[in-house]
Amino acid sequence: MLEKALRGSKRYYLWLAILAVLIAVGAAAYTRQLTYGLGLTGMSRDVPWGLYIAQFTFLVGVAASGVMVVIPHYLHNFRAFGRMVILGEFLAVAAVIMAILFVFVDLGQPTRVLNVLLHPTPHSIMFWDICVLGAYLLVNIVIGWAVLGAEKKGFPPPRWTRILTILSIPLAISIHTVTAFLYAGLPGKAYWLSAIMAARFLASAFASGPALLIILSLIIRRFTSFKVTDLAVDALVKIVCYAMIANVFFFLLEVFTSFYSAIPSHQASLRYLFVGLDGSGGLVPLMWVAAVLALAGITLLLVPRLRRNLRLLPVSLVAIFVACWLDKGVGLVLGGFVPNAFGRVTDYLPTANELLIICGVYALGLFILTILYKIVIAVRTTNEEELSKTDS
Amino acid sequence: MSELRRTQKDIKGTYVTKGTVPFVTYVPFMSLERREFIRQGFAAGLLGLGALGSLGALGTLVGCSKVAAPAATAPAATTATAAPAAPAAQRWGLVIDPALLVKTQAFNAVAQACHSHHNVPQISDPKTEVKWIWQDDFAHCFEEMDSAYLPAALRELQFPVLCNHCENPVCVRVCPTQATFKRDDGIVDMDYHRCIGCRFCMTSCPYGARSLNFCDPQPYIAQVDPGYPTRMRGVVEKCNFCVERLAQGLPPHCVEASQGAILYGDLDDPASEVRQALAGSLSIRRRPELGTEPSVYYLLRGAESPTDAPKGGEPHA
Ligand code: SF4
Repeated sequence: MLEKALRGSKRYYLWLAILAVLIAVGAAAYTRQLTYGLGLTGMSRDVPWGLYIAQFTFLVGVAASGVMVVIPHYLHNFRAFGRMVILGEFLAVAAVIMAILFVFVDLGQPTRVLNVLLHPTPHSIMFWDICVLGAYLLVNIVIGWAVLGAEKKGFPPPRWTRILTILSIPLAISIHTVTAFLYAGLPGKAYWLSAIMAARFLASAFASGPALLIILSLIIRRFTSFKVTDLAVDALVKIVCYAMIANVFFFLLEVFTSFYSAIPSHQASLRYLFVGLDGSGGLVPLMWVAAVLALAGITLLLVPRLRRNLRLLPVSLVAIFVACWLDKGVGLVLGGFVPNAFGRVTDYLPTANELLIICGVYALGLFILTILYKIVIAVRTTNEEELSKTDS
Repeated sequence: MSELRRTQKDIKGTYVTKGTVPFVTYVPFMSLERREFIRQGFAAGLLGLGALGSLGALGTLVGCSKVAAPAATAPAATTATAAPAAPAAQRWGLVIDPALLVKTQAFNAVAQACHSHHNVPQISDPKTEVKWIWQDDFAHCFEEMDSAYLPAALRELQFPVLCNHCENPVCVRVCPTQATFKRDDGIVDMDYHRCIGCRFCMTSCPYGARSLNFCDPQPYIAQVDPGYPTRMRGVVEKCNFCVERLAQGLPPHCVEASQGAILYGDLDDPASEVRQALAGSLSIRRRPELGTEPSVYYLLRGAESPTDAPKGGEPHA
C-alpha cells in the first residue's frame, strides 16, 4: 500500500520537502546535543524536565483521543464517524511516535535506552508507560493497516480488527492515565500531587486531540475528494466542547483546593504560572493567553449558531488546541518544578537548539501523518471511483 | 566458597579484559546481583579471602571509570589489606551538628574532601552544577518550620545538605532501570553505567539532592582521584555515603573532615554513636512529612540559643 504515498501532486511533494528540511535541521541540532550533552538545552538542576517531556505528555493525550471517534462508532454504532476512525487511528500512530521520540531526545544517555527493557522495573511508572505506549502504537498500526488493506481489495475488514479496536479503548485511556501517574505520585511536588490529575489529563486530551482531528479532516476535505460529513464534524465538535468544559472545570477544582485551603506549597506553582513568584514570571503571559483562548473556544463551540459556522469553526478549534497545548505542553510540567526543594525559583527558557529539535520531531510526526493520510485518501478515493463506475 | 561461585556466575554477561588484569573494563548492564557481588566482593577481599577477590571487586568498581584502572587498583588494594574488616550496619545514617560545624569552620574541608575524592566536577553555573554536599540556611532547608521570630543564631546557621539516603527513597521507586537502588544497609547507591539519564529521579527527589552531568565533566575535574570512577555526560549522580570507604572500614570523607560535627553509624543499633547523639538532643530531618524517612539528622543542641552554643560541650569532638 505504501506505493500509494509515492504518487501525488506538486503541492504534496512540496509539503513533504519542507518537512524533510525541518527534519534534517532537527537532526543536525540533535547531533549537537548528542555530542555536547543536555547542557545545550535550557534545562537545569532545578528544572530537569523541560519542553521535550512536556511535548511527550501533550502528545500522549493527542494519541489517546482517537477513542473519542472509536467509542461512538464501535460501541454506539454511530456510523457517521466511519470515515474518521482510520484518521483518528493514524493520528494516534503519529502522535505516539512523536511522544516516544520526545522521550528519546530527552535522554542523557540515549544509547542505553534498552536498559529499560533489559531491566524491567514494575515499581517505576515509566516502565508501565513504555509498555502501554508500545502496545497502543502496535494496536493502532495493525488495525489501521488491516482495515485499509481489506478496503483496498474491496473486502470488509477482518473480524479480529473489531476485537482489537475495542481493546484499543482501555489502552487509550491507560496511556494517558499512566502518563499522568508519572507526575501525580511524587511526594513533594504539590502542583502534581493531585488525585484529579489523570482525569484532567484525559479531559484535556479529549478536547485537544479531536480538535486536531477535525482541523485535519477539514483540510483533507478542502484539498481532496475525501469528504468527512458535516454530521460527523458537528458530532465531534460537541465532544471537543464538552471535554474542554470538563478540562477547565477540573482545573478550577485545583484552584479552589489550593487557594481555599491556603496551603502555601499548594499555591506556589499556580501563583508562579499566573501571577509570578519571587519576581519571576516568564510563563504568566502564556498562561493568560491559554485561559482566554480556552474560554473563547468554549463559547464559540457552545453557541449552536457559532458552532455551525464553518468559517469560524477552525478558529474555535485552534483556540482550544492552543489553550490545551499551553496548559499541558508548557505550564503543567514547567510549573511543577517551581519552587524547587529549597523554596527557590529557577526559570527555564528553552534554547534555540532545543527548539529546533522540537521542530524536527514535530516535522517527522507530520511527515508520517501525511504519508499515512495520503494512503488512506488514495485507497478510499480509488475505491469510490470504481464504485461509481460500476454503478453507472 | 559459595561466595566465589556466586561471583563467577554473576560475572557472566560482562566483558573482562583478556590477560592478567582481572578488572572489568565494561559493565554494560549490571544486575542487582552484580551489585551484591561488588559489595560481597569488597568484603571478601578485605577479609583476606585472597588478592584475586579483592582485585576483582575493586576492578569492577574502577571498571566504571574512564580513568586508567590498573594504576588505580594498586594503592586501593594496599589500603584494603591494611584496613580492618568493614563494619556492617542495618541502616547507615548521619547525624550532623551544624552549629559545631560552623564553630570548627570545617564545612569547606568537608565539601572539598567529598567532591575531590569522588571526582565531582566543579562547575560554577548554578543551573548545571554538580554537587554532592553543600550548605543552605534554615529557612530554605526547613521551609515548613520557618517562622519570623526564630532566634537569629538559628536563622543564620548554615546546614549541610546532601542525599538523605531515605528509607523510602522516591528516586529508587521511579528509576526505570534500577540504576538507582537501595542496598540492604540502607544506602541509596547508583550504577552510573546503567543510568539512561531520564532524570525522573531528579524530578522526584524532594530534597534536590541529585545532579545531572549536563556536559562532559572531565574538564571540570582539577585532579582525577583514581580511587573512584569518574562519570560521563548524561548521567545523574549524588552522594553515595562513601560506600567505597565503608567497604574498607573507613568513615565517609565528610565525617572524617568534619572534626566531629558529622557522625555516622547504624541507626538501628541503640548503642551506636549516632543513636547516642540523637538520644541526647533535639534533632530534625528535612521534610519528614513526606514519608521518605531521611537517614540524615540535624542536631539542634541548644545551638539555636544565641548565648552559649552549643550546650554541654562537644561530646563527640
Ligand atoms: S534524598 Fe533524594 S536522592 Fe537521596 S535517597 Fe532520598 S529521594 Fe533519593
